[in-house]
Amino acid sequence: MSREPIDRFAAAQSDERKASVREGSKAGYDARRMALGRDHEDTDALRRLAGAIKQHVLDHLDEYLERSALALEAHGVSVHFAADATSARDVVTDVLRHRGARRVVKTKTMLGEEIDLGAHLESRGFECVETDLGEFVVQLAHDRPSHIVKPIIHQSRREVARTFEANGLGDYDDTPEVITRRAREHLRRKYLTADAAITGANFVSAESGRLVLVTNEGNSRFCLAATRCHVALVGIEKLVPRDRDLAVFLNLLARSATGQHLTVYTEFLRGPRGPAQPDGPDEVHVVFVDNGRSEILGGDLREVLRCIRCGACLNVCPVYRQASGHAYRSVYGGPIGAVVSPLLGADRRRSLDFADLPRASTLCGACHEVCPVDIPLEELLVRLRDRGREAGAHASGGLSMAGWSLLASRPAAWRAALAAGAVVDVLPRPLLPGPVKAWGENHALPPWRGGRFRAWLAARGPR
Amino acid sequence: MATCLCDVFFDDVAAATVEVLESLGCRIAVPEDQTCCGQPAFNAGDWPSARRVARHTAAVFAGTLPVVVPSGSCARMVEHGAALLFEGASRSDAAAPSSLASRAWELCDFIVNGLGVTRWGGRHDATVAFHRSCHSRGTASGAAVRALLGSIDGLRLVDFAEEEQCCGFGGAFSIAFPRISRAIGGAKLDAVAAAGPDLLVSGDMGCLMHLEGLARREGRALRARHVAQVLRDALRAAPPGAP
Repeated sequence: MSREPIDRFAAAQSDERKASVREGSKAGYDARRMALGRDHEDTDALRRLAGAIKQHVLDHLDEYLERSALALEAHGVSVHFAADATSARDVVTDVLRHRGARRVVKTKTMLGEEIDLGAHLESRGFECVETDLGEFVVQLAHDRPSHIVKPIIHQSRREVARTFEANGLGDYDDTPEVITRRAREHLRRKYLTADAAITGANFVSAESGRLVLVTNEGNSRFCLAATRCHVALVGIEKLVPRDRDLAVFLNLLARSATGQHLTVYTEFLRGPRGPAQPDGPDEVHVVFVDNGRSEILGGDLREVLRCIRCGACLNVCPVYRQASGHAYRSVYGGPIGAVVSPLLGADRRRSLDFADLPRASTLCGACHEVCPVDIPLEELLVRLRDRGREAGAHASGGLSMAGWSLLASRPAAWRAALAAGAVVDVLPRPLLPGPVKAWGENHALPPWRGGRFRAWLAARGPR
Repeated sequence: MATCLCDVFFDDVAAATVEVLESLGCRIAVPEDQTCCGQPAFNAGDWPSARRVARHTAAVFAGTLPVVVPSGSCARMVEHGAALLFEGASRSDAAAPSSLASRAWELCDFIVNGLGVTRWGGRHDATVAFHRSCHSRGTASGAAVRALLGSIDGLRLVDFAEEEQCCGFGGAFSIAFPRISRAIGGAKLDAVAAAGPDLLVSGDMGCLMHLEGLARREGRALRARHVAQVLRDALRAAPPGAP
């Protein structure tokens, strides 16, 4: 019986869940490969370029943040900085209260999930309606999103239909068109009565202060057309230097995430509406959130901040495919989640709570191979394992290899062990050393042939 | 470099590697003090232990000769993993691992890109599915193996589904996450079986030990061979110069 929570979680999942995650992630991977391979001669060159641009921003983040803030303010946007989740939630709550807003519509934002904004606002008496279909289903079902771009990848449409029925959105019907029509009708009414809209941002151009939002459902357009107050939550790592750099990232983001050339809607937002514009917010706030990011920036895992939240690393990851996103117990699952979850947040205990996550990888590197910003995820995972050992996470499952390393650095002892190891073949199972026995749970053991190669070499003599 | 897995379990793979290289005119030295590349401790996150072993390996393979290893995984460890281990180390501490990194080759990469031998020849009547190990991602090894296997008379390479997916081994991962590891391996075995090859071939015994072990425990038919064994067997079946 494994002590690893992720292994236990994977084994306990229903077959229906497993099939949903596996099919959804495989479809995402296939679509990505088709779209990138068809449209770009050298996908790797593009990934490396995007990674280099993002790394450049991270290496000069103070400068680009200042430039972004000035550009945003020049266009009438109020800029806030929040050091952690608590202060980010407070900033949003204050803005809404000041505006007298009570009903809020919200688009999908991973940062919003990270700081648990929706639940916080509800607890403070605001109505906060998720308008992305997947997030809407999550909200109705009191579930948690399990994937960065497909929040309900773990649910089948039968599950969604049951949730709709239980929430008074019509009799059970799992036809996708019926489900989306019902959601649309319900959400249109919510837009019309909302006082404020909360969104994330996929990118911010430091040059112009333009916010870029990508969606497939047009829900952000409805949010911004129907309300007069817009609050955008932006991680401090979301900057790109210039507007023209957006071409690189927009080329990669949708292709990597869903295999689309572009998402259905790509919005470029630049401050409150002007006098000639009939619709749109007259008040725009950007909240730059740190929540542990600047601490990551100073360490040897900083490449993780290049992430543009496309979800491609989840889709290709063999462990994620078996375990599903909820196994990672964090807003961010899969390889990116295994690296970033222990690092984010103001509470240092988190790194211990999530100490097992970096171990949940075969280090196969498929994540790195598909990453649109070339994050060496498998390298960051082993670095985190080493850090976990330093932090004393041994007791929770880290391995000490001290005994083995002594053997493997003393040739005479090694050769003796090669000869002695044959005993493994004849020992009864209960007497086998722990790791050998554990391996034997699933595997037939290969016969011990320690020293045979050396004997063969010696027997044939010098050539 | 024979690898610890071949030293312990797969002596025929190490022997085949020696014979394959000798057939190309190489003279082979096998330092008897060699043990392991250090990867088990590196992956486990016990870097002080990994450094100890990596230092030993670098000392054993000191010099100027190319170091050839029948494993993409060990090659990756000495070429890249060791660089992480000795990042920020003093120049004298990092010198030997860095020298080894610059001389290390995965076997087929060495044959094709080091020696410039792009056709193998010989004969091996079999349909073969090739599993490119994950630690050969982004290296020249996968293409090198395919080129060599594809040039053997009677050998036909077959594609299978989801070739980019890992076998689920991951060293200690397969012990710490037994159910996920088994499920990933099962998916790989299914994909390979659906293509119906006579042989599953890989350049890494880690993957093959895992997949073979799973298959045997579950009573599934699987014939697995290391690429070095296939190359040697092809030569034995049709030696160069034979009519």
